[in-house]
Amino acid sequence: MDQATSLAAVALNDVAITFGSKVGGYTAVSGIDLLVRPGEFVAIVGPTGSGKSTILNAAAGLLKPSAGRVRIFGSDLSNLNLRAGYLFQQDALMPWKTALDNVAVALESKGVSRNDALQRARDWLVRVGLSAFVDRYPHMLSGGQRKRVALAQVLIRDPEILLMDEPFGPLDAQTRQIMGNLLLSLWAADRKAVMFVTHDLEEAIALADRVVLMSAGPAAGIIGDFPVDLPRPRDIAEVRMEPTFHRIHKEIWASLRVEVQKAYSQGEGT
Amino acid sequence: MPRLKLTVLQIGVGLIFLLLWHVLTVYPISGTAKQVQFFFSTPLDVLKRCWTLFASGEIWGHLWITLVETILAFLIGAGGGIIFGFLFARKELLAAVFDPYIKAANALPRVVLAPIFALWFGLGIWSKVALGFTLVFFIVFFNVYQGVREVSPVVLANARMLGMNERQLLRHVYWPSALTWVFSSLHTSVGFALVGAVVGEYLGSSAGLGYKIHEAESVFDVTGVFAGMLILSVFVILIDMLVTRIENRFLVWRPQTSLAART
Repeated sequence: MDQATSLAAVALNDVAITFGSKVGGYTAVSGIDLLVRPGEFVAIVGPTGSGKSTILNAAAGLLKPSAGRVRIFGSDLSNLNLRAGYLFQQDALMPWKTALDNVAVALESKGVSRNDALQRARDWLVRVGLSAFVDRYPHMLSGGQRKRVALAQVLIRDPEILLMDEPFGPLDAQTRQIMGNLLLSLWAADRKAVMFVTHDLEEAIALADRVVLMSAGPAAGIIGDFPVDLPRPRDIAEVRMEPTFHRIHKEIWASLRVEVQKAYSQGEGT
Repeated sequence: MPRLKLTVLQIGVGLIFLLLWHVLTVYPISGTAKQVQFFFSTPLDVLKRCWTLFASGEIWGHLWITLVETILAFLIGAGGGIIFGFLFARKELLAAVFDPYIKAANALPRVVLAPIFALWFGLGIWSKVALGFTLVFFIVFFNVYQGVREVSPVVLANARMLGMNERQLLRHVYWPSALTWVFSSLHTSVGFALVGAVVGEYLGSSAGLGYKIHEAESVFDVTGVFAGMLILSVFVILIDMLVTRIENRFLVWRPQTSLAART
């Protein structure tokens, strides 16, 4: 194992993932090599069906790769990756728990006492701007508010890696910007390694240090790796006006467009 | 619709039914009033009989017996259903092996079991509890089984990523999810507990509402039968109202729309 791999927060080596039987199965991704360094914010972009979420699930330990190795801080991942926090695209809060309980339970599972957990959960809900909604059940919250609770639920465990699967996908444009800025400000405090999956190229560039581009499926692979040399701290809305932003966007879009068209012509676009 | 208007309409339907019953039995279309009343009684006689049953204090003991049987049948049946529902949902092999037997047992009409239970448990309350149990158990069992199996995969994956172990998953995810299914079946299962108790009493006992109805039937006392049925219905409505209150208390986290649609 070379030094880069052993130091990486997430290291995927020649990873392939096949669903169904070995013979007639569908190979979602293959030959994936990806390193995410500690403190690095990596966005993964690709057309629909390119297996972006699949490699995220492999890094989370929710999916076992059919080939290749997944290493987390140098050690092989054999079970769930509990050093990572996962923010799902869909609503993943427990609907039978209040916002406060949803966040507190994430600490209780670590063995923190209930009173401590409740106290710290309250602090976290303040940090994500939900101090007035602690006792609400998820169905009483808006989509954006539910995402804030989910963010607090993940971050309160202080994971070393953040895995995010189109977390702001279902939200409206304004809420996405607000959530993006919230995420960046929380992330800036202690710079965890982040894998952020999105199909929105602008969102990817605005948030990330590096944008990784995936080809259209099946057997999708990584076809581009673009550094984003925009200064931080950034404002999601303002950074889009920068000339550097446009240069990077143009560069990545040239490759992405080809893949998007491929995906469409395969009838996989929606 | 406003609550008051709805209540007025609901009472109206009952009154019209009673009025029709009264008119048709007091002024019969064919035959004499005495003949018709032998077969159909009259609403006033039935109410009068109910009044004497309560005033003399005779009915209270029977009501109490039926209530105890219903509650025991429900608690034991629901408890068993929850335990086995969880067990089978979590252990694939167990569910697969026992599947045909459970289906066969559930397909059996429970009435045929009543004489056997009377033989095994005697003519006291336990043979009725056993009959109610066989009805309640399967309803709760299937609902818990379904509830545990159909936990949202995203909620489950999220809970696992939050580091919950099997015991914590059970407490924070599987149990609350199954509980919604248990409650959605609660009205049915409480009703079936009562059916089990009353049918059991009807087929062989010396106390309870089912016994009272059977006693009246055996001497062609139609008024007595209707009085027993009326008391039984009111009893069921009262229990159902109680269940609704418990349900609303336990499922506060559910969206209001579905709650409003149910009540």
